[in-house]
Amino acid sequence: MVRATDRARSASTGATRIRHAREDRLFYLINGVLMTVLFIIVIYPLIYIVSSSFSDANEVLAGRVWLLPRKPSLEGYRAVFEFKQLWVGYGNTAFYTVFGTVYNLLMTMLVAYPLSRRDFVGRSLLMFLFAFTMFFQGGLIPTYLLIRSLGLLDTRAVMIVPWAIGVWNVIITRTYLEANVPNELYEAAWVDGASNTRMLWAIVVPVSGPIIAVITLFYAVMHWNQFFNALIYLRDEKLVPLQIVLREILVMNSSAAIDDLMADITEEQLLEMTKREYLQALIQFALIVVATVPVLVAYPFVQKYFVRGVMIGAIKG
Amino acid sequence: MSEPLVQPAPRSAELPDSRRRTLTKGRWTRRNISRNWEMYLMVLLPVAWLIVFMYLPMYGNVIAFKRFVPARGILGSDWIGFDHFIRFFQSFKFREIMWNTFYLNAYDLVFGFPIPIVLALILHYAPWQRYRKTVQMVTYAPHFISTVVMVGIIMKLFSQRIGLLNVGLLQFGLQEVNFLGDASWFPHVYVWTGIWQSMGWGAIIFLAALAAVDPELHESAKVDGATIWRRMWHIDIPGILPVIIILLILRSGQILNIGFEKVFLMQNPLNIGASEVVDTYVYKVGLASRSPNFSYATAIGLFKNLLAFLLLLAVNRISKRLSETSLW
Repeated sequence: MVRATDRARSASTGATRIRHAREDRLFYLINGVLMTVLFIIVIYPLIYIVSSSFSDANEVLAGRVWLLPRKPSLEGYRAVFEFKQLWVGYGNTAFYTVFGTVYNLLMTMLVAYPLSRRDFVGRSLLMFLFAFTMFFQGGLIPTYLLIRSLGLLDTRAVMIVPWAIGVWNVIITRTYLEANVPNELYEAAWVDGASNTRMLWAIVVPVSGPIIAVITLFYAVMHWNQFFNALIYLRDEKLVPLQIVLREILVMNSSAAIDDLMADITEEQLLEMTKREYLQALIQFALIVVATVPVLVAYPFVQKYFVRGVMIGAIKG
Repeated sequence: MSEPLVQPAPRSAELPDSRRRTLTKGRWTRRNISRNWEMYLMVLLPVAWLIVFMYLPMYGNVIAFKRFVPARGILGSDWIGFDHFIRFFQSFKFREIMWNTFYLNAYDLVFGFPIPIVLALILHYAPWQRYRKTVQMVTYAPHFISTVVMVGIIMKLFSQRIGLLNVGLLQFGLQEVNFLGDASWFPHVYVWTGIWQSMGWGAIIFLAALAAVDPELHESAKVDGATIWRRMWHIDIPGILPVIIILLILRSGQILNIGFEKVFLMQNPLNIGASEVVDTYVYKVGLASRSPNFSYATAIGLFKNLLAFLLLLAVNRISKRLSETSLW
């Protein structure tokens, strides 16, 4: 009622219309200001980290870096590149990411394709069994005991084999296939004598480019950032991924890396602080950048695929 | 449950009669099964994986009711009923851990859930396209920073003496704050850095929903002289409400599943009073301890998982009754 009379009034008098136009302009102004504030809040810490990584460590520790690099220096990066354990971690992470993602893709397609077929008897039961695990899981200790009894502890396989399928990725892949491959196509292919396996290769895979890109990215990022599983299931220093190495230096301020580098520092650099603090500042900022760059470099190119992935999962709702 | 979002419309109705028989979905016809035998081969490996790595651990939870001795195996160990659960409920840690788990999640839900919606609305009504695209790209980016690096960044920004924030406080002549080593600061740092990292990514889904709102509604409201503010309130918000509700249900089901990694990495002896949550405690009791107690840790984890699952069912039921939106 109130709204109806309100509307009638605003439509009838020119004065209110002008008032509304002014209100809208005010809205855009406030909106633009808010957006800018949020933009600064998000981007500022990133700029600070990058600038610090290119600055002289003394300047950073003295709090003189706040926007742009001061006394530009690549010392931090030099120290990072000389740090061997980091490159072992990088190599391991690359291994887990490449093989893990290929395995994830295969397993996901193998289950998403049948689930997308309406004539696949048992699809709703199978979907239920998969979806149920999104809401209830076995838990840490039973999973650990299982993996231990399978003899997978401290092997490369433990970072790949038990994590075959992300249920969410199955759901978006199935949704995509249902929307993009009409049943009539399968029916026609069947009449022409194609087998279901052939349909997967000849019909499904060729139209699945976008969805394969999306889930590849999701899986690859998961592997690249994997920390928890390595913490639980790996002890061997030769097998640990990047994130474990990063934790030691960034979070635990471990001395191992720093002891390595202690020898190279000259006396003048130590005037203002202890060696340790200096080296931490030197190496940590550069490390944050080096560890994140591979993901962030790829990011602008693949952003639209990620966004599309989120949308496929959501837009039906 | 098989279709977490909305059911697609069946297509078989559009087909001529002769073909409809072969396409009827999921009917137990011999023809459908024998014709599609290859698909059963395809799902063999994924199903084996599902049983071994997802359902066997669920069964493994029975050790919560046993005195588990690894040498005797799950079957060979003695039943002891609910002893482990009772021990946990009576332990002096129980209240603190449950409270921390609930509080961190509720705090995160109250602020972390609406902020992406607000961000989506801001972006949706941003007047300059280029600028808007830039803001979008930058706000999505932190999502891809790994938890370890994120905590590294938090330490760089919030640590004492050399952290950016404390340097700033000192320069303005204010007192230093021990953000990381003070239990009362832990929830704030945890939640707001989380929002910083995830608000952009969280907004994508709402942006998509906003773009799907019928433009004709806006047109006619404009003719009637409605301001943007009013249209947002009466058209956009109701338009994206189903998406909001679905996500809210899902999020509520996760209310006890605080991400282990970030809490674990931010923990230190000084903030442990606010940062010990169920998952980190299970890890300590069951794996990190020198004399690991598998059964006790399993009982704690199972208690939490069951509670979280019941909570999801309850929220889903409430939502079904109030708004006719539900997960299944």
